[in-house]
Amino acid sequence: MWEYTDTVTEHFQNPRNVGEIENADGVGDVGSLACGDALRLTLKIEGDRIVDAKFKTFGCASAIASSSALTEMIKGMTIAEAEKITNEDIATYLGGLPREKMHCSVMGREALEAALANYRGLTLPQAEGEVVCECFGVTDVEIVRAIKESNLRSVEEITNFTKAGGGCGKCEEKLQELLRQTVSEGLRVIPLKKPVQRMTTLQKIKKIEEVLEREIRPGLRLDGGDIELIDVDGDFVMVALRGQCTSCFKSQTTIKEFVEKKLREQVLDSLVVEEVK
Amino acid sequence: MTNQANRVIYLDNNATTRVAPEVLEAMLPYLTDLYGNPSSMHTFGGQVGSAVREARERVARFIGCEPDEVIFTSCGTESDSTAILSALRANPERRHIITTRIEHPAVKNLCENIATLTGHKYRVTMLKVNEEGLIDMDEYLDALSEDTAVVSVMWANNETGVILPVEEMARLAKERGIFFHTDAVQAAGKIPINLRELAIDYLSMSGHKLHAPKGIGVLYVRRGTPYVPFLAGGHQEHGRRAGTENVASIVGLGRACQLADEKLVEENSRVKALRDRLEDGLLQTIPRSLLNGHRIERLPNTCNISFEYVEGESILLHMNRHGICASSGSACTSGSLEPSHVLRAMGVPFTAAHGSIRFSLSVYNTAEEIDFVLEKMPEIIARLRQMSPFWPGD
Repeated sequence: MWEYTDTVTEHFQNPRNVGEIENADGVGDVGSLACGDALRLTLKIEGDRIVDAKFKTFGCASAIASSSALTEMIKGMTIAEAEKITNEDIATYLGGLPREKMHCSVMGREALEAALANYRGLTLPQAEGEVVCECFGVTDVEIVRAIKESNLRSVEEITNFTKAGGGCGKCEEKLQELLRQTVSEGLRVIPLKKPVQRMTTLQKIKKIEEVLEREIRPGLRLDGGDIELIDVDGDFVMVALRGQCTSCFKSQTTIKEFVEKKLREQVLDSLVVEEVK
Repeated sequence: MTNQANRVIYLDNNATTRVAPEVLEAMLPYLTDLYGNPSSMHTFGGQVGSAVREARERVARFIGCEPDEVIFTSCGTESDSTAILSALRANPERRHIITTRIEHPAVKNLCENIATLTGHKYRVTMLKVNEEGLIDMDEYLDALSEDTAVVSVMWANNETGVILPVEEMARLAKERGIFFHTDAVQAAGKIPINLRELAIDYLSMSGHKLHAPKGIGVLYVRRGTPYVPFLAGGHQEHGRRAGTENVASIVGLGRACQLADEKLVEENSRVKALRDRLEDGLLQTIPRSLLNGHRIERLPNTCNISFEYVEGESILLHMNRHGICASSGSACTSGSLEPSHVLRAMGVPFTAAHGSIRFSLSVYNTAEEIDFVLEKMPEIIARLRQMSPFWPGD
């Protein structure tokens, strides 16, 4: 069972502003039955202000709660204020969403953009992008935007936020490529050599621990050193060297040429190992 | 009718079942006073060994086999893996596996992993199913080949309850010298099983699906069938499964099998009648609701119904507020983004697949509970449909 905040539960059980505004000034339709969630947002706009907002949502508790929260947030806002709302704002309003459900907040943001674009008679930039994920119809424009806005660092996170890659998985290589191209140059993302194996964070941690224990620690211990796994964030693995290794002037070589190489070979070839002092 | 505070109406028995009071009673001495190791030479351990032996005999009687054909494992998944990998190792020159598209992940993912992790040295045929969840026997016959090492087909599907013709499939495999495994985790305790009359080589069962505790399973291996232990170590289970026996659970499983045998008639009459009452009531009172799976060839306790234009997790959470427990094949409940592979394999459209609810009953359910569910479900579905952008209206 998902762990929802009290606010999510409250908005799911007692959603605000359900329905459709007749003769709405702006209508935003996003999602589809095939995708498993969809949202129709209708707005009443007077002058530059949103005076009313209603929604209809097909989806899970997160989708309904995100829609309800969105309508509460934007009622009374000027268009300029509403345009600044991000999916993170919706999630924050709800006291957070499970990572796997962040795409529900993204759907809310997209519906708002679609409704405002409809009000202005404009076409959304997403519609102009190239569809990368055929299963869920997600474009490269949407993916790149999600990577930048939410600082995504792995394909798994892209899937959580956009649903791209959550179906047949054939687009994973393309997602990895988009991730590589988009992240700032300061981050090291390794080009894909073979199709990425899908692993949950827990699976990654278990596998990394196994390889550390079996392949890496024995070697380091011969030299009076050791290594400890500190954290795993997407494809980034944080480790701390212990014992003699702590003061070794070749610690970076150990990390990159030995530890990272082994973990890439035996866990996931996109892992980046970083030392935490 | 109103729900009493903290009352739970448990209609999720294909996920797991309550431990029967008789089972718990049988287990307790082996968690307290009788803690000896069944492998010990002394009398204190010996009496525990006797209890394990008796439990093995009870399981054997339940599925119609010999006690030495029963291996106790930790769960159905372990039994599935052990059986399929044993068959492959016994037939290293054969590189073909036949299974179905509606298997439990324990078999489905194992077969997919065998193919990918061996660099596709193994070929896996996943048999299609029709809109009622039944396979095409002609497709099966075409798939059987001299290269086929093992066929693994579930006896009854966990999501729809649809019963597959494993007796006939096993016979056809046997005629061609191919090993046959069946995952009978959902079938055991709900329909009669008599392995003496069948050509099945390996069969998997799980204790917690028939009112024994979680963490105990059974693998039946027909005498003379090749076998490779999954766990190496001590000599337990005649060297076929190492590790000190989970004695209390084994005793509990033995007692659960005895009870299941006694309650098969009730399962097929009273429970089935309750299931039908629930199913007919839902289909009649809630428009645009559809039954998933064959109406007749089905376990007596299971019904899977789709409510079009609403999403399963939302339905479940509203049911949960009334203390009603069930499962959904919707994507959002599993952390996946796609709905049940079983319903998709049956060609259930997205309009319905996302809103599917599985109700699975047990001998502990009552008519009063079913009436309560029938009272609450229409308002839950109507409420969600009222906010669905796709709902065309009544």
